[in-house]
Amino acid sequence: MKQTISFKLNGKPLSVLVDGEESLLTVIRSYLDYTGTKYGCGLGQCGACTVLIDNEPAQSCMTYIEDVAGKEIITIEGLSVNGNLHPIQKAFVEHDALQCGYCTSGMIMNAYGLLLRDPEPSREKIIEEMEENLCRCGSYNRIIDAIQTAALEMKSTM
Amino acid sequence: MDSNSITQLYFSNVDHPITYDRRKFLKKLGKGIIVIFSINHLSLLEGWSQNTFVEDEDFNAFLRVKEDGRVDCYTGKIEMGQGVITSLAQVLAEELEVPITSVDMIMGDTDLCPYDAGTWGSLTTRFTDPVIRAAAAEAREILISLAAEKLGEAAENLQAANGTIFVKGDKSKTITYAQLTKGKKIVKSLTRKPEIKKAKDFNIIGKPILSLDAVAKVTGKAKYSGDIKLPGMVYASIIRPKVYGSKKVSVDKSGLSQFEGAELLEDGDLVAVVHLDPEIASKASKKVKIEWKEPEAKATTETIFTYLENTITENDVFEKGGNLEEGKKSSSKLIKGKYYDGYKAHASIEPHCATCYFEGDKLIMWASSQTPFGTRAELAKTFDMPLENVHIKQIFLGGGFGGKIYNQQAVEAAKLAKLCGKPLQLVWTRKEEFMYDRFRPAAVINVTSGVNANGKLNLWDFDIYCAGTRGTNLFYDIPNNRTRLFNQNNVHPFGTGAWRAPGNSTTTFARESHIDVTAHALGVDALEFRLKNLKDQNMVATLKLAAETFGWNKEKPEGHGYGIALGKDAGTLVAIIAEVYVDTNTGEVTPIRIVCAQDMGQVVNPHGATVQTEGGVTMGIGYALYEDIEFEGGNVKTTSFNKYQINTFSHTPKIECVFIDKMDSKPQGGGEPAIICVGGAIANAVFDACGARVNLLPISPKRILESLK
Repeated sequence: MKQTISFKLNGKPLSVLVDGEESLLTVIRSYLDYTGTKYGCGLGQCGACTVLIDNEPAQSCMTYIEDVAGKEIITIEGLSVNGNLHPIQKAFVEHDALQCGYCTSGMIMNAYGLLLRDPEPSREKIIEEMEENLCRCGSYNRIIDAIQTAALEMKSTM
Repeated sequence: MDSNSITQLYFSNVDHPITYDRRKFLKKLGKGIIVIFSINHLSLLEGWSQNTFVEDEDFNAFLRVKEDGRVDCYTGKIEMGQGVITSLAQVLAEELEVPITSVDMIMGDTDLCPYDAGTWGSLTTRFTDPVIRAAAAEAREILISLAAEKLGEAAENLQAANGTIFVKGDKSKTITYAQLTKGKKIVKSLTRKPEIKKAKDFNIIGKPILSLDAVAKVTGKAKYSGDIKLPGMVYASIIRPKVYGSKKVSVDKSGLSQFEGAELLEDGDLVAVVHLDPEIASKASKKVKIEWKEPEAKATTETIFTYLENTITENDVFEKGGNLEEGKKSSSKLIKGKYYDGYKAHASIEPHCATCYFEGDKLIMWASSQTPFGTRAELAKTFDMPLENVHIKQIFLGGGFGGKIYNQQAVEAAKLAKLCGKPLQLVWTRKEEFMYDRFRPAAVINVTSGVNANGKLNLWDFDIYCAGTRGTNLFYDIPNNRTRLFNQNNVHPFGTGAWRAPGNSTTTFARESHIDVTAHALGVDALEFRLKNLKDQNMVATLKLAAETFGWNKEKPEGHGYGIALGKDAGTLVAIIAEVYVDTNTGEVTPIRIVCAQDMGQVVNPHGATVQTEGGVTMGIGYALYEDIEFEGGNVKTTSFNKYQINTFSHTPKIECVFIDKMDSKPQGGGEPAIICVGGAIANAVFDACGARVNLLPISPKRILESLK
């Protein structure tokens, strides 16, 4: 039985006609063409598909679309405002906290969720919260530095 | 070039550019100044191109200064995170005298770019840089001669900077590249060696430049092959056997009827379900029942090393010096060792993917491939089409590490698209990724070392099973030596292939572990022993730089150990010193600090080189400590990131990268070398910390505890 699921995506209200058991990742990537969020494993083990659901990081490959009804989703495409990079994006660029870029959206979204909860995380806290996001190119240390820089920047602009 | 030939080269030392094929690609381009570059002309660049063989009239690099003054740089190389989208633009901007931001990199498009054998073997900076520099220098000279005419000045009175040509000493007389190229189409082929800049005149080469593709990647705008969506496109989900190499016996598709629009496609052992909705394609494919005939299991995780040694008898002598028997007699001490390495997966976060469609007699594809031209050739052969009818488009890769020189997914996608007559996307699942990955081969190394009464190495007998000879030329001074390679095709229970610096991490682990074992047997410090026995003075300098940066003599906290490993890869010398902490109750290793010193000749982008080195070291910790594949014959049991543990945030130590300063020399490889020394340095540091000598990678807690018993 198809059902209509309504939610907000990057601030825009929209509805999709679905069975309900489709993954949020499929819906945003394949149905709605927001391809910035990546498929890495489909098993919730790599974090490449991380988005925010009501400001909490979630692995979209492990989220049923019917579970996001009425909620607010933010993807990497929803982060910059009027073409200006978000402080986290800016910090990733300045620290070159990426190589192939495939894990980057998930890294940034998880970091965003972390900074919303805890604007001044310690290095240890960042490592703990980011641990499940995998990067094969090996940019971990730069990502930690970028998150610390972004935290300072976000604090000063708040 | 097919992927088997590439694999063979990849496991050896490649010291020349790989070229063949003829290309005609000019007619598609618009106006501007176009510099084409036949491979023959590489001989003009003697001393820069490092070219040792020239065989064909291929156009191998080329650029176009466009009517708006921007520059297109065409290269068959691809960007997979190694940063050549930045470093190639950098060398072009240097020679052409334009801002780096006005360079657009057109990469890996088989219709637009000159032929390239693929992005692997850390070849780009070594062999593409000099060519692009020469092409850019030529374009600069053409622009200056055009400007001379326009400004009525002698060419030698003119100078180029920032996309503009001006009269020396009179900056009021200027003309821009855009003004000079407007309305023209000048095609120029090199006829003589253009004047390449000297290091002292560099403005951009040698400067740290941040990745030019970073903004596209942090905003989600960078396109990978799975991000392409075509009108009417179907998604394919392939039904795989449990065991690698199984043959199809029968297919029961009755379960498909409950999925409207699901279509079953079959081409021999390739069976897939396609649907407009990827979720339905995936669900429906699980309802298709296939009976497979499985091949017999010849080896398991436990028996593989014995199996390889017992099965492979053929060998080639790779390097030989002096006399082994004499060496044995004249050595005061002989030390035997045996080292093992298990299979490793590439485990790129982006799985293999291809999106494609047929249009008339043409096939157009976006593929996550390190070898777009190889993919084109493979597809043309599969469908018996002319090469020109297959077009592979430019795309970013979400990691490669050698795993994407094999293009099985591209052939599968195209076969399925042809069968159903629709545009199609195939993305391998993580499980497929672990099954059809061409794993880094399991390997065994038998080594006997001998030392004389003065503590000098006198004998080195090194037998390699399956790890290739890349980087194994001895840089230690050992008068009596022999290195042999034992190998056999299809000896492994599943596909194997090139994995970042193929084989070199394995052989370096074995050699450097054994050097430490030998030093320890003599009671000599590992650094001192190496310095005493090295013959390559550049390696001595690299090791000294690492030791100084690390502080080799500083005191160790309780439970901590230091370890050195040296290696050579893609022309670059590497010295790594690792500090680890070992918990002897649990066997758990914590990497504390890693220093990596490298002599990579001219460092084009010190920032990019640092990022690559950090990446190699970070990835290397995975193979050293965690990564392992469990299997029973072709039944690969490690099929997810839960079982295949790659390195993570919490295990990444402080990493310091230092380079020997050699701006005037040739650039060497940067993407692969650093990783080769991680295993050996950590193995030696673990021994130093707790006395456990683990001879099998990964150095797991269990193996450490067993060794301590």
